Parts: sequence; structure tokens; C-alpha cells
Amino acid sequence: MTQPLGSFPGGLKLRGHKKRSTQTPIRRTPLAKQLILPLQQHIGAAAVPIVEVGDKVLKGQRIARAEGHVSVCLHAPSSGTVVAIDEQAIPHPSGLSAACITIETDGEDKWAERHPVKGFQDMTPHEIRQIIRDAGIVGLGGAGFPSFIKLNPGIHHTVESLILNGAECEPYITCDDMLMRERADGILDGVEIMLHALNAQEVLLAIEDNKSQAISSMELALAARPHLTQTKIAVIPTRYPTGGEKQIIQVVTGKEVPTNGLPIDIGIVCHNMGTAYAVGRAINHGEPLISRIVTVTGTDVTHAGNFETLFGTPISALLEFAETKRQPDEPFILGGPMMGFNLSGDNLPVTKTANCILVGVEDAAEKAEPLPCIRCGDCASACPASLLPQQLYWHARAKDFDQTRDYNLFDCIECGCCDYVCPSKIPLVSYFRFAKTEIMNQERERKKSDLARERFETRQARMEREQREKEERQRQRKAALAASKAKKEQDAAAETSSAEDKEN
Amino acid sequence: MLTAIIALTLLALILGLLLGFASVKFKVEGDPIVEQIDKLLPQTQCGQCSFAGCRPYAEAIAAGEADINRCPPGGEATIQALADLLDVEPKPLDEECGVEKPKMLAVIDEQRCIGCTLCIQACPVDAILGAAKHMHTVIADECTGCELCLEPCPVDCIDMLEVAQNPNTWRWPDPSHLQLERGGRS
Ligand code: SF4
Ligand code: SF4
Ligand code: SF4
Ligand code: SF4
Repeated sequence: MTQPLGSFPGGLKLRGHKKRSTQTPIRRTPLAKQLILPLQQHIGAAAVPIVEVGDKVLKGQRIARAEGHVSVCLHAPSSGTVVAIDEQAIPHPSGLSAACITIETDGEDKWAERHPVKGFQDMTPHEIRQIIRDAGIVGLGGAGFPSFIKLNPGIHHTVESLILNGAECEPYITCDDMLMRERADGILDGVEIMLHALNAQEVLLAIEDNKSQAISSMELALAARPHLTQTKIAVIPTRYPTGGEKQIIQVVTGKEVPTNGLPIDIGIVCHNMGTAYAVGRAINHGEPLISRIVTVTGTDVTHAGNFETLFGTPISALLEFAETKRQPDEPFILGGPMMGFNLSGDNLPVTKTANCILVGVEDAAEKAEPLPCIRCGDCASACPASLLPQQLYWHARAKDFDQTRDYNLFDCIECGCCDYVCPSKIPLVSYFRFAKTEIMNQERERKKSDLARERFETRQARMEREQREKEERQRQRKAALAASKAKKEQDAAAETSSAEDKEN
Repeated sequence: MLTAIIALTLLALILGLLLGFASVKFKVEGDPIVEQIDKLLPQTQCGQCSFAGCRPYAEAIAAGEADINRCPPGGEATIQALADLLDVEPKPLDEECGVEKPKMLAVIDEQRCIGCTLCIQACPVDAILGAAKHMHTVIADECTGCELCLEPCPVDCIDMLEVAQNPNTWRWPDPSHLQLERGGRS
């Protein structure tokens, strides 16, 4: 075990509400009749379908391929028939639809042929990354970034530390906690593979000190692998948002990731515990990522707990299985109470990034009309990214987006600490999310108008050239005409003169 | 006398060379302010600003001959950006020019298109694809929604559709416009 070497500024001590969902072991959600699989469940380009409506598919069969570099494949979570490839409602704050593959399950849950790897030590990091990409693995902590990219440090970097993020700092969420308690060995399988791919000098399994059972089960599993000499457990203080990537790096190593920089710039790679488990399954068992553990909890849930759920399972079916007081079409929260967002709609599917479904929050703040900012500065002291939320708010509100950028808006991790402490109840994070998407939109528009200008100018140039060529041709024709006319006249003149000569 | 002439000639030569060098080295590429203004305009080339296109409008602004609020496709965001660049107060869009509309996209009804190529000739950004007597299509990514292709079409087969939002282009709403609608945060 190692001691944490640093800490991050600000942050909050929050009530965990974790016991509610850790009383029963992980359960399996029953197979749903229909599985709806969005083609984009990760950051990057949407996957491209390689099946057609009517095709029979087996469990684990690839149904969409990765498109471009930042993308991953998608697989059938169970056997059945593809019944639709079209737009379906997806769990996104916009409430919009996106392209999905819908599979009607046949109840047999029959696996396609799997190809487990015997002895990953003999494979090159590149081969390992390829399998991980083909297995559709993305960061399961919430962001959904393709994992194979984060297993490629590039030739210019050496990896000093690989950090396994088991902080799970947000209240109510316990899926990583339960995974560490019950499947510590499976996690270490994946850690060994990641270690091999990255050639890291040390591995730190970072776990918050409120998860004593998870810590002891990980310790036990680690003790059974004496060859993992470079791997240690780092017990870190429970504080929100320790689970943020930059924050956990600061806590565990005392190093700071620079603004606009990546952890690899300071020799660090960070992965989630659930991702490590998925990597182990993919390599050692040949199983692509087709399910995840989802916490279902909240004051309105009767049998709160963690559920191993196939992707595409309707969230409503999961909620039914856990039994809730929720009425159909009532909203729920996807994610935790701090970073999650409200959703409603009964047909929304569970996706790769769905870590928690929350129905009913105990100490929910009553909704209040925001008051003017009193410039107390509490938001700045609470901010783990050392930002000035009050200034950011001011400029975001005035739509002065260049200014928000100067105040490092894009360093904001949307943790909600500033919202939480603001005595005026100003929805600060909503302003920051608004400003971020506005800036990204402006950038898209600028790119588009640059393209339009370029195309317009080439067209202008082409038309001018064509005009010139036309004029040139006309001039030449005229000249030729004039010349032939002159020649004719000359000939005529010569003829008449010769005629005259003869006559004479 | 002779030395004086030589000295003066030499001086003239050196100064001339210097000037020539300076004019090459510090050459002004167009008008930088026009360039900067043009960069902020949406390049729709629609002419709603009453100029022949975005660049002529940019030149007029730079010359102080036109106000900054005459571009409907750019709307509020463009006015804000221009005000920022020129350090003047933003003002609402001039209604004489038009109103800010959602982003549009031209779509050709391929059943009705007779392949006359008139729209191709009208499109300022070459966003329409097709050959004579064959049906045409609009390259969605390159269409700026300027509507200049509508007029010339003899069979009225071009429609303007609103550009659909998708989860990747969606924007969070302005919180100052919605009150008491938040939740999910304790
Ligand atoms: S939401 Fe952003 S600004 Fe607010 S405390 Fe968190 S990181 Fe800081
Ligand atoms: S906490 Fe709220 S009231 Fe205090 S300075 Fe920040 S935004 Fe203003
Ligand atoms: S109104 Fe705007 S988009 Fe249209 S030509 Fe003028 S500057 Fe360009
Ligand atoms: S296709 Fe029509 S609307 Fe689109 S840019 Fe060309 S002329 Fe304008």
C-alpha cells in the first residue's frame, strides 16, 4: 500500500449514500425482448453497420465496424434477429434520436465463436490494442473514450505510472465498488494486460478510503500474484471529485497535468477499474464488450443494487426489475446527483457509458429562483480545477465567449462543486455547459464558412479564367476573320488588277 | 565636383535599394482589416446585406460605409464578433436586410429535376453536382443555404429544409432563458 502524495484544491465532503446499493451482490438483468444499440456510444465517429435488417446474429458477433481512428466496433449483446437500423431515442440530454441497430432476441443467448488469447505476453502492444479496439472497449467511468488509444503512449513517451481509477467519488454510484469486491481477480487480469501494453514502471490501484471491502478484496487478489511487484494499492481520502482524471493524478502522484495537456505528457496513463475488467474478458476469454454493471439506486428504488446489464436493454426494463415507485414516463437521472442529467422516456437503452440510474435523490435542493451573485468567492474556493467560476459565469451570461476561454472554461470538469456551494443558487454549470457547446458550434461554423469562402474564391477564379479565355477566343476569331477578309480583298484586288492587266 | 556627384549617386542607389527591399519585405497583403472582417462573415454570398457578397460588404464596413448589423445569416453572433473586432457597440440586426433564420439546406427533388444546370450556374460555392440532362443533387456539407438556386429553377424542384440537429451538434440551452427547469443536481 502507498500513501497519497498530494491533493487537489477545493472539492467537497459529500454524504455518500452508497450503502443503499451495496447490500446485495451484483445481479443479472433478465434478457430483454428487444435490444436497441446506438452506433455511437463512445467519443469519436459512430460505428458503421455491417449487418442488414433480417440478418440473424449471435451473441458477441460484430454488427458495426469502427470508422476512422477514434472509433470502436459494436457487437450483438445476445443472439437474435436484426429488426431495424434506424433513428431511435437515445439517452442524451438533448432528447434527440440517433442511428441505432435494433435486435429482437431469440432467448437462446447463443454465443458466436470466441477466440481467447493464450499467453498475451507473447503479443505485441499493437496486437493487444487491435483486439481491444475490435472488442469495442471504451472508458467505462463515464466519458466513453476508446480505450485502445489510451493504451498507446506513442514512441516519444515512457509510462511512469499506470493509475487504475477506483475512486468512484460521486454519491450513490457503486458499480466499481461492487466490481472490486466481487471480481478483483478479473480486474487484475486486465491490469496485467494493460501493464504489458504500456510497459509501465509502476501500477497504482487508487481506491477511496470509504470502500474498505473493495480494498481488502483487491489486496487479497494482489497477494495471490506475487510477480506483480510494481503494482500497489493507493488508498486515498474520500473527497469529491477525487475520481476526476486530473484530480486523481494529483492525489496519487502529486503531479499536475498542464492546461490543454494530457496525462501522458507527464508520463501517466489513467484507466477505470471496469475498463480493466473488460480488457481482461476481451483478451483472456475472447468476449467483446456487450454488457456492463449499472447501479440502480435512489430513494424511490425498492431493491437498489448493481445489475450486470446487456447493452441495449431498455432502462425501463431495468427499473422494473429493481422495482421503483416511478410512474411510466417520469424522469430519472442518468449518472450521479452531481454530474448526471435528467432523462425521460421509457424506451431509452442502457449504453456503454451508463454507470448509474438514479430515481429519487434524498437531499435534493429545492428548486429556487437564482439570486444575483454576491461575489462571495465560495465557488472559487470549491473549484477543484482552480478556476474562477464567478468570472466564467459573468462572461458566459453576457455571451462573451472569448473571455470564458481566457478564463480556461475548457478546464472545467463540470463537477458541480461551484453550484453546490453557491449561496445564490446560480446554476453555474448550466452556464458553463451552454458556453462550451456555443463555442464548439462557433468553431464548426467558422470551419464551414472558411470552406465556403475557399470554394467561392476558386469558383470566382475559374469564372474569371473562363471569361478571359472566352474573350481571348473571340479576339482570335475576330483577328482570323479580319485576316481572311483582308486576304480575300487582297486576292480580289489582285484578281481585278491581273484582269485589268490582261485587258490591257 | 566629381566626388560630390559620385557620393550623391551612391547615396541615391543605396536608398533606392533599401526602399525596394523594404517594399518587398513589408509588403501589405490586401487590407488586413477587410481580411479580418471577411473572416467573421458567414460566406453565404447571399447579398441580403445589399452588397454583392461577403467580401464587398467587408470592404464597405472597413471603409466606414456600412453598419455592422446587415448580415442576416450571421445574425447576433456575427454582429457580436464584429463589434468585438472593431470595438464598437453591438446593435440589433437591421430588419431591412432580413431576419435571422435557422440554418437551411437546399434539397433537389430528383424526380422533378430536368437537368437544366441553371442552379449549378447560380450556386456561389459549387455545392450542386450534376451534368446536363441528368438530375442534380446538393452536397449537403457544402451548401450554405443562400437560396440563390431557388429563383433560376424553371420547375421549382428545389426546397429549403431546416438543418436537423443531431446529438453531436446540439447545444445546451441558455440558462438565463429557462427558469426553474433544472434538476438532477442536489
Ligand atoms: S463545475 Fe467547473 S467551475 Fe465549477 S467547481 Fe467544477 S470544475 Fe470548477
Ligand atoms: S458562489 Fe455564487 S454568489 Fe458566491 S461568488 Fe460564486 S457565483 Fe457569486
Ligand atoms: S448578408 Fe451576410 S452572408 Fe449574405 S452576402 Fe452579406 S455578408 Fe455575406
Ligand atoms: S445549393 Fe443553393 S442554397 Fe445551397 S449554397 Fe448552392 S445556391 Fe446556395
